[in-house]
Amino acid sequence: MLRYIVKRVLWGILMLLIVSALTFVIFYVLPSADPAQLRAGKGATPARIAEIRHTLGLDRPVYEQYWLYMKRLVTHFDLGYSYHNSVSVRQEIFSRLPVTFSVAIGAFVLWILVGIPVGVISAIKRRSLLDRFTMGASLTAISAPVYWLGLIALFLFSKDIGLIKLFGGSGSYVPFSQNPGEWFSSLVLPWCVLAAAFAAFYARMVRGNLIEVMSEDYIRTARAKGLSERRVVFRHGLRAALTPVVTMAGLDLGGLFGGAVLTETVFNIPGVGRFAYQSIIDSDLPSIQGTVLFGAFFIISANLIVDILYAFLDPRVRY
Amino acid sequence: MSSLLEIHDLHVHFRTRDGVVRAVEGAELSVDHQRTLGVVGESGSGKSVTALTVMGLTRFPNAEISGQIMFDGTDLVTLPDNQMRNVRGKRIAMIFQDPLSSLHPLFKIGWQIIEAIRNHENVSKKEARERTIEALHEVGIPSPEKRIDSYPHELSGGMRQRAMIAMALVLKPDVLIADEPTTALDVTVQAQILDLIRRLKDEYQTAIVMITHDLGVIAELADEVAVMYAGRVMERTSREKLFTVPELPYTWGLMRSIPRLDAPRPGRLDSISGLPPSLIRVPPGCPFHPRCPYVMDVCLKTEPALEQSEEGHLVACHLKVSERRRLGSELIAGHRR
Repeated sequence: MLRYIVKRVLWGILMLLIVSALTFVIFYVLPSADPAQLRAGKGATPARIAEIRHTLGLDRPVYEQYWLYMKRLVTHFDLGYSYHNSVSVRQEIFSRLPVTFSVAIGAFVLWILVGIPVGVISAIKRRSLLDRFTMGASLTAISAPVYWLGLIALFLFSKDIGLIKLFGGSGSYVPFSQNPGEWFSSLVLPWCVLAAAFAAFYARMVRGNLIEVMSEDYIRTARAKGLSERRVVFRHGLRAALTPVVTMAGLDLGGLFGGAVLTETVFNIPGVGRFAYQSIIDSDLPSIQGTVLFGAFFIISANLIVDILYAFLDPRVRY
Repeated sequence: MSSLLEIHDLHVHFRTRDGVVRAVEGAELSVDHQRTLGVVGESGSGKSVTALTVMGLTRFPNAEISGQIMFDGTDLVTLPDNQMRNVRGKRIAMIFQDPLSSLHPLFKIGWQIIEAIRNHENVSKKEARERTIEALHEVGIPSPEKRIDSYPHELSGGMRQRAMIAMALVLKPDVLIADEPTTALDVTVQAQILDLIRRLKDEYQTAIVMITHDLGVIAELADEVAVMYAGRVMERTSREKLFTVPELPYTWGLMRSIPRLDAPRPGRLDSISGLPPSLIRVPPGCPFHPRCPYVMDVCLKTEPALEQSEEGHLVACHLKVSERRRLGSELIAGHRR
C-alpha cells in the first residue's frame, strides 16, 4: 500500500511537470497578445516595450524561461509575478483559494444532498410519474449551460436586479470572517447554479447504479434471508451502488478546487476560477501557469485520495 | 396427512413486452420432513421460478401467480408480504447456483450470516457471532473463527458455497431449497457439497428441494423426483422407480444424454433433438411433442394429464402404460449392459 502511494505521488509530480511544460508550449505556440506590449499600454515606444520584455525575461529562449520558472518554483515555491500588475502569483492564488473552496464545498454538499436521494427514489419508484419527472428535470439541468442558468438565477432571485429579491447578486461576495450572513447570502445562487448540473448527473448515475445492483444475485440472497425491502435497498443495494459514486464525487470536487471558472465569472466571485479567466484575457503567463498547476495539483491529489479510499470501500481492490 | 410443503396447480405467468411468459403451468410438487425432492429439467423448464415463487420472490408487478403453495397449513401464495418475510430465510431457506455472485462482495461472510440470524431472532451480536462460527464449523469451513471475517472473494468456490449453506441452515429451517448448488463448482467440490447437504439434512431434519439439470445429482441425493418440462411437472416418482422404469420419453432423453464410464463408448452422445419451447408460445397438446420420437396424433391436440401409472408413479404422456414401461426398462437395461 505504502509502495503504491509513493509510486503514485512520483507519477503525480511527473504529471505536474508535463502539465506545466504543456502550458508553456501552448502559450508560446498559440497566437496570443504580446504581454510586453499589453503591459506597456497604448502608445508606448518600441524601446519601452523592449525594456519591459527584458525585465519580464521574455527575450530569453522559451526553454530557458521554463527552466528558470521551474527552478524558482521548486526551490522557493515561487510561482513568479504577474505580467499584468507584478503581484506575486502565489499570493494571488492563496488569497483566492478560500473563496473557491467556499463555492466548491457548498455546491458539493448541495448536489450530494439532492442528487443521491433523488437517484435512490427514482430507482426504487422506477417508471413512476415521479421517476419520469425527476429524470426529465435532470436532463434539463445537465443540458443547461452554467452561464445561462446563472443569469436566469440572477434575474429571478438576486437582491439587485431580481424579480424576487432574495439573495446576494453578482459581485456581492464578502469573506466569511467579515460577515457570515452576507457570505452565505451571496453564495446561495452560485451554489445552486453550480450544483444543478452535478446534482442531475449524480441522480442519474445513482439511479442507474442502483437499478443495476438491484438485479444482482446477492440482492436476491438478501431478500431470501427475509430482510425488509428497506434494508435490502439501503444496506445491500446502496452499499454497492454508491461505491463508484464516491470516486466520481472525489474527482469532481478536486476539479472544482482548481476554480469554477464559469460560475465565478458569471457571479463575479473573486475566486481562483475568475482569476484564471482574467489571466487568459490578460495573456498573463505566470498567472495562467499558476492556476493551471493548482488545478492539476488538486485533480491529481483527488485521484490519489479516491483510489486509496476505494481500497477501503471495496475489499476486492488491493494495491 | 398432508406433506410439509405441497404445491398444487401452481401457475406463474409474467407479462412482458413480447407476450405472457408462462413460466410455471400447473406444477404439482410436495416434500416432507427429512425428505429430498429432486426437481430436474432443462433451463427454462420452470424449476427455478417454482422455487423462487415458494420463497415469495417472484411477486413482481408484472407477475400473475395462482394455485396453492401449502406450507405447514398456510398458503404462501396468498400470504401477505410482511408475514412472508418471517417464513423466508427462517422456515424456508434457499441457496443458489453461483456462490460468488450470490454473496454480497462488500460484506464479510460472518456479517452476512449474523444479519440473517438477527433479522429473525432477537439475540445479541455476540451470541449471533458465536452461532455463526458454529455454523461455519458445521459446514466444514476450517478455522471458522478466522474465516468469519473473510470477504467472499477470499474464499474458494467450495468454501463460498459452504458459507451460503451455513447462512441458509443457521436458523434451522424446515425446508432448504437448493437451486443448482453444485453447477458452478469443480467436480470434486460438487461431491463434497452434496455429501454436506445430505449430512446436514439428517442432522437438522430439514426437507430439501434439490433443483438440478443433472440426473447424477438426483441419483445421489433425491428420495422423490419430479421431472419438469415447459413449466409442467411431467413425471413424479421415487428415485428407485425413476432409475428402474422411467416412463416419460423426455426423461429417457435426459438419461441418454448422460455419458457413462461403465459402458462401451458410443460414437457420440445422444441429445434431445430440438430446443426447449419458448414459454411465450408453448406448443399445443403435449409441450414435448415437437421433440418426442414417439409422437402420435393425439399428442398434437390434447395435453396429457399427470396420471398415476402405478402406485407412486405419476406420468403425463399419451403412450400406453405397458408400452412406456417396456421402453423405459429396456433403456435402463441397455444402460446397465
